Amino acid sequence: MKKVPCLEVNGVTKRFGGLLANDNINFTVEEGEIVSIIGPNGAGKSTLFNCVTGFYHPNSGKISFMGEEITVYRADKICKMGVARTFQIVQVISDMTVLENVMTGALLRFSKIRPSLEKAEEVLAFTGLKEKKELSVTELTIADKKRLEVSMALATQPRLLMLDEAMAGLTRVELREMMDLIRKIREKGITLVVVEHVMEAVMEISDRVIVLNSGRKIMEGSPQEVVVNKEVIQAYLGEKYNVVSP
Amino acid sequence: MRNLTLKQIFTGIIVLILVILFPLVFSKPFPQHVMILIFMFGMMGVAWNIMGGYAGMFSFGQVAFFGIGAYTSSFLLITYHVNPWLGLIAGGVIAALVGAAIGYPCSNLRGHYFAIASIAFAEIVRTHFNNWKLIGAAEGMTLPMLEESFENFMFHSSKLPYYYIILAFLIIALIVCRFVATSKMGYYFRAIKESHDVAKVLGIHVVWYRLIAIMISAFLTAMTGTFYAQYVLYLDPESVMILPISVQIVLISMLGGAGSVMGPVIGAAILIPVSEITRVMLGHKGTGIDMIIYGALITLISVYQPKGVWGLFLQIGKRMK
Repeated sequence: MKKVPCLEVNGVTKRFGGLLANDNINFTVEEGEIVSIIGPNGAGKSTLFNCVTGFYHPNSGKISFMGEEITVYRADKICKMGVARTFQIVQVISDMTVLENVMTGALLRFSKIRPSLEKAEEVLAFTGLKEKKELSVTELTIADKKRLEVSMALATQPRLLMLDEAMAGLTRVELREMMDLIRKIREKGITLVVVEHVMEAVMEISDRVIVLNSGRKIMEGSPQEVVVNKEVIQAYLGEKYNVVSP
Repeated sequence: MRNLTLKQIFTGIIVLILVILFPLVFSKPFPQHVMILIFMFGMMGVAWNIMGGYAGMFSFGQVAFFGIGAYTSSFLLITYHVNPWLGLIAGGVIAALVGAAIGYPCSNLRGHYFAIASIAFAEIVRTHFNNWKLIGAAEGMTLPMLEESFENFMFHSSKLPYYYIILAFLIIALIVCRFVATSKMGYYFRAIKESHDVAKVLGIHVVWYRLIAIMISAFLTAMTGTFYAQYVLYLDPESVMILPISVQIVLISMLGGAGSVMGPVIGAAILIPVSEITRVMLGHKGTGIDMIIYGALITLISVYQPKGVWGLFLQIGKRMK
């Protein structure tokens, strides 16, 4: 019998007025994989993310998580089922400490404060923010804020974690640390889908890469296949710089 | 939020003893009346704070809940001779249901959009009450004089029982607020206040939690409405359902410190005496002076300490350590 894929996106189309943001997109993500979604600005990556996590509902198509159709579910219900996400622009709770932020995420699986606090401590130790747990989030650097957002997502105990540009704007050292964290998350058995612009990171961490352009999927394959693909290079650099084929 | 420290419990007990002894020392009606108003507005501030300070729904329509509470118990008492204590519960339940009914379609409204919707809601309720013959329309309702007793929630010879009843109500409201603030609900409210998006990715059912906040707030506000009706024994829409009361509730909470349990009570303790004293000293020539002082205080506090007077206390406390 065939294994149920972690995430299955089937012919998803999302329109905003006359703009076709996602056009008949198909892909699957198996459990334990790291899949990157890349594409130039405006390619429809974030829209696709929002469709999967219930922030938007697609005009047509079907999305399933662990075999259950979630196409029209509310965002919080999808989260409860085990899909966590972060945002392109970091979203944390600004009048709480680091620990309280993560604890609020952990409360999804507990009704009492104490066990959630324990879970939050555990998550912070895992993500390396333990020393900063008493800080107010306004005192954090951008890298730490991104790490905090990942911690909050992990505190909801997801099976699938979706990161929207978690590595944009980081220094080289911070980038390394984030990549290590992503690998560590996968080792825990959590499947990852990441939207990323930083190609260095995409090449290194992904098992598979999906390339979007103008709302359509133009390519899917291993990182090595993707970077030599003619269409991908055209999408990113334009016809003029196409040096792969004559 | 942490557990209360010994020092906080100690301070709380001292303050409680002082307010219990207050009417025995100051036995004239005026100081007692001012204190009753402080407790009443303090309680409405605490109720507002659950919605506004914690869950981020800036309601300028609290007076609708206040009016619904006052009118429900009074109507039941006059027409069906229902005991005011039962009327109090009925008023609270009806206010909570009305709050939920109006809160649901407003689920996606935030910030000033929510504020505008809440003003519109309260004005609709007021206009409706002004024209509703069954409950006396614009002429209002006069409550029957019942025998003085706790059971009847009516006292004619002294303000003292009213004083202790509203003090007890306020303490109940504070306990409810503290419970909310330190439980899962309180953290979820604060996440919702920050942004609906962040709340959703933490798996929070935003609509549901917002309705809970509105219902708790409406119930507590309606309780003060019933108290007011039993205290004044006369009601009309133009005295219990007007916008300035809603504004005053917001100002009190903001001045004292939105998002802290005690803040609104501190706010009431500062603003109510100001308005009552200018009213008594200057009579009707003084109309508006209290608002000028309010305005100045609010400006100062929002510039120097956005967390209100309570935030100021915490700051001083930290510095002294």
